[in-house]
Amino acid sequence: MLEVLRKLGLPSVSASTQGPSIDNIISMVHWLMLVLFVGWGIFFIYTLLRFRESKNPKADYGGIKNHYSSYAEAGVALIEIALLFGFAFPIWASRINDVPQGPDTVQIRVIGQQFAWNIHYPGDDGVFGKTDVNLVNEQDNPIGIDRSDDFAKDDIWTINQLHIPVNTPVNILLSTKDVIHNFKLPELRVSQDAISGMQIPVWFEATMTSEEFLEQSVGTGREGKGFQIACAQLCGLGHSKMVGYMTVHDDEGYSNWLEEQKEYLLEEDEDDWGDDEW
Amino acid sequence: MSDNHTKETFFTKYIWSIDHKVIGIQYGITALLWLLVGFGLMMVMRYQLAYPDTQIPFIGWIFGEDKLLLPEKYNSLGAMHGTIMIFLGVVPLAFGAFGNYLVPLQIGAIDMAFPRLNAASYWTYFLGSIIMVVGFFVPGGAANSGWTSYPPLADVATAGQTVWLLGMVMLITSSLLGSVNIMVTVIQLRAEGMTWFRLPIFVWTQFITAFLLLLAFPPLEAAGILQLMDRLAGTSFFLPTGLVVSGEVLTNAGGGSPLLWQHLFWFLAHPEVYVLILPAFGIISEIIANNTRKPLSGYKSLVYAMTFLGFMSFVVWAHHMYLTGMGTTMGAFFQTTTMIISIPSVVILTALLLSLWGGSIRFNTPMLFALAFLPMFGIGGLTGLPLGLAAADIHLHDTYYVIGHFHYVVAPGTLFALFAGVYFWFPKVTGKSLNESLGKLHFYFSFIFMNGVFMPMFIQGLAGVSRRLADGGQAYAHAADVIYLNEIMSWSAWLLGMAQLFFIANVVLTLFKARTGEINPWNATTIDWTETTSPPLGHGNFEKIPVVYRGPYEYSVPGSKIDFTPQTEKG
Repeated sequence: MLEVLRKLGLPSVSASTQGPSIDNIISMVHWLMLVLFVGWGIFFIYTLLRFRESKNPKADYGGIKNHYSSYAEAGVALIEIALLFGFAFPIWASRINDVPQGPDTVQIRVIGQQFAWNIHYPGDDGVFGKTDVNLVNEQDNPIGIDRSDDFAKDDIWTINQLHIPVNTPVNILLSTKDVIHNFKLPELRVSQDAISGMQIPVWFEATMTSEEFLEQSVGTGREGKGFQIACAQLCGLGHSKMVGYMTVHDDEGYSNWLEEQKEYLLEEDEDDWGDDEW
Repeated sequence: MSDNHTKETFFTKYIWSIDHKVIGIQYGITALLWLLVGFGLMMVMRYQLAYPDTQIPFIGWIFGEDKLLLPEKYNSLGAMHGTIMIFLGVVPLAFGAFGNYLVPLQIGAIDMAFPRLNAASYWTYFLGSIIMVVGFFVPGGAANSGWTSYPPLADVATAGQTVWLLGMVMLITSSLLGSVNIMVTVIQLRAEGMTWFRLPIFVWTQFITAFLLLLAFPPLEAAGILQLMDRLAGTSFFLPTGLVVSGEVLTNAGGGSPLLWQHLFWFLAHPEVYVLILPAFGIISEIIANNTRKPLSGYKSLVYAMTFLGFMSFVVWAHHMYLTGMGTTMGAFFQTTTMIISIPSVVILTALLLSLWGGSIRFNTPMLFALAFLPMFGIGGLTGLPLGLAAADIHLHDTYYVIGHFHYVVAPGTLFALFAGVYFWFPKVTGKSLNESLGKLHFYFSFIFMNGVFMPMFIQGLAGVSRRLADGGQAYAHAADVIYLNEIMSWSAWLLGMAQLFFIANVVLTLFKARTGEINPWNATTIDWTETTSPPLGHGNFEKIPVVYRGPYEYSVPGSKIDFTPQTEKG
């Protein structure tokens, strides 16, 4: 069934640790749907042919007498119970309860806004600096980082560029500056609303680097296009263009990228220093 | 009764009428026109989806000199398509038109319990629907935050949103008036002998629907007024602290919650789904019993399943909100209730399918629409299952899979049922039968193109393509392999529009024909067919109030000479 769903459209890559379990429950439900639909369909068509007026001019007042349909209904109920307890509840519980907090977890804040994704890294100290809406400046400081805060001095922010390491738990602290957005990574089977006024954790562990993914997608309609962040909740005029980009590095690539960002930050600081002095 | 005939002028008889039949027809005509408008909006949107950022042909001038459907206009059309189809089209047609016209006739009542309230309900609806479209003419255009109107987006949207809220308040008020009326009518005005379990299934569905409307709509009315306050009076019921919109700190924000709106909205909007589908079940049941010439299999299980469905529809609403950050307890509760509600749906569909067994099935136009309803509703219902399981919903939430799912329920589902009902009761209302050949052409083309529109949506949804993208997903890599489907869906939609010309032509041509004088062309058993003329006498319906002796579907009773035994036949 999974192969059929993939032929139909389901992304053939399921590039996170929880991706396969989500694909699995989607496949199982589609099995149930298929069996019910085919069962009903066969009965339906056979009945229409057998009991058409020309074939069966006199209707039977009593109609059907057996109770097979009740067994079928009970069967559906049992399968649904199995799906709930066996798969749906555990997957959801893991999503909510297993938010990684260990030292090797990468913590990143993602702040949606009309119509971009702001990405906020805590820097070397591992602590997010203070932010303040009154410091928001769409040009230089879209999330209002307060550089006077000690924890904020090494913080890194980017727009629409999320960089993460592969095979490492990533915990995204998701929020929004304005209206509701939805942070969706289709190939990783990750999706979470960014609700105004709330910061909601959404975690995942990527199992494939961008490089590997690009190699895999050679020859498909999306050749040359890496992982993207989609906005999956109507957020206004630019909603359809609110695309972010995600790069999954191997460990070395990730630390190189972080180093690069630190250098940019230093250059920026020097500029600031100069402005204040003169 | 007779004194009602004396002082009537054209105006009191056809416009300002308090006769449930006239009001039913008023509802029917108004709602059918709105359905056409709502569908028209979608045909324009489908052009933008198939050929993004190209000039709209023929009517492009409406959208300005560049003739482009820019995202703000696309979003307006999207929000208004949903609103018009549901609140101005399907509900008024299913509940206002069919309910009003048929319930008193089927239970043997001379009118609704409160005829003046009934007229008030129609005119409130009419006014609300006019207010709704006034939105198109205010600065910034009509509401553009989706038919769900989620704040903060809706709170900060252009003036059209205010108009939308005012329109909704009127429409909700209208539904409340209508629902009270149906409830009291069914409880109080049943003819002698018309016990609860002799009611046609159609009446049961209207009765349950009335409860849903009465209990589900007030929370949305309250929520609508709160949002109106947020927009007009500077309150912040749905605005939390610290919002920055377009670079400006939103000064009136603080202390509110956008999730409050979502809970109140879906507390209405989920039962609303059953408001859309229950009357369809009712219509289908009548037509299937009549055209199989046998009783329904499991009348009582249908009634119990529908009642249970009505109750359960109040405790599943948050399955629209799994991705808002819902915890495990709420997640488990709403997933469980959602799976539970699928059971009565399966029972109903199975009962209707089993009812075909042993019948002598006539394939006339109403029956074709009714039969097609079964697999179409089946697809709509089944595709709800993965969406009801939060884990599967992670990938499918708010994608075209959802759009395909609920359109299968409402378009080839409910709309087919409503068409079946129009073909079936047209002779009752006008005394003239619609042409069968045109009807069948209408059916077959509608059936093909409905599926052409909605089936590909599941494929795009599986790929993860979101709804409400003004360019159909052009910007996204994951849409690249399935975006070609947009063109197929759009052409299907336009051809579906063409197929409706068969229906329109059929209605117009038939209205010019002379009445046949035939009272009961389908050889039906229920009072609406057997005890009134077609069309019924003026206000008052019956020469003599009927007395009921038996159940509603006594077809092919063993030992009877004819294959139908009216409810009013003694013995």
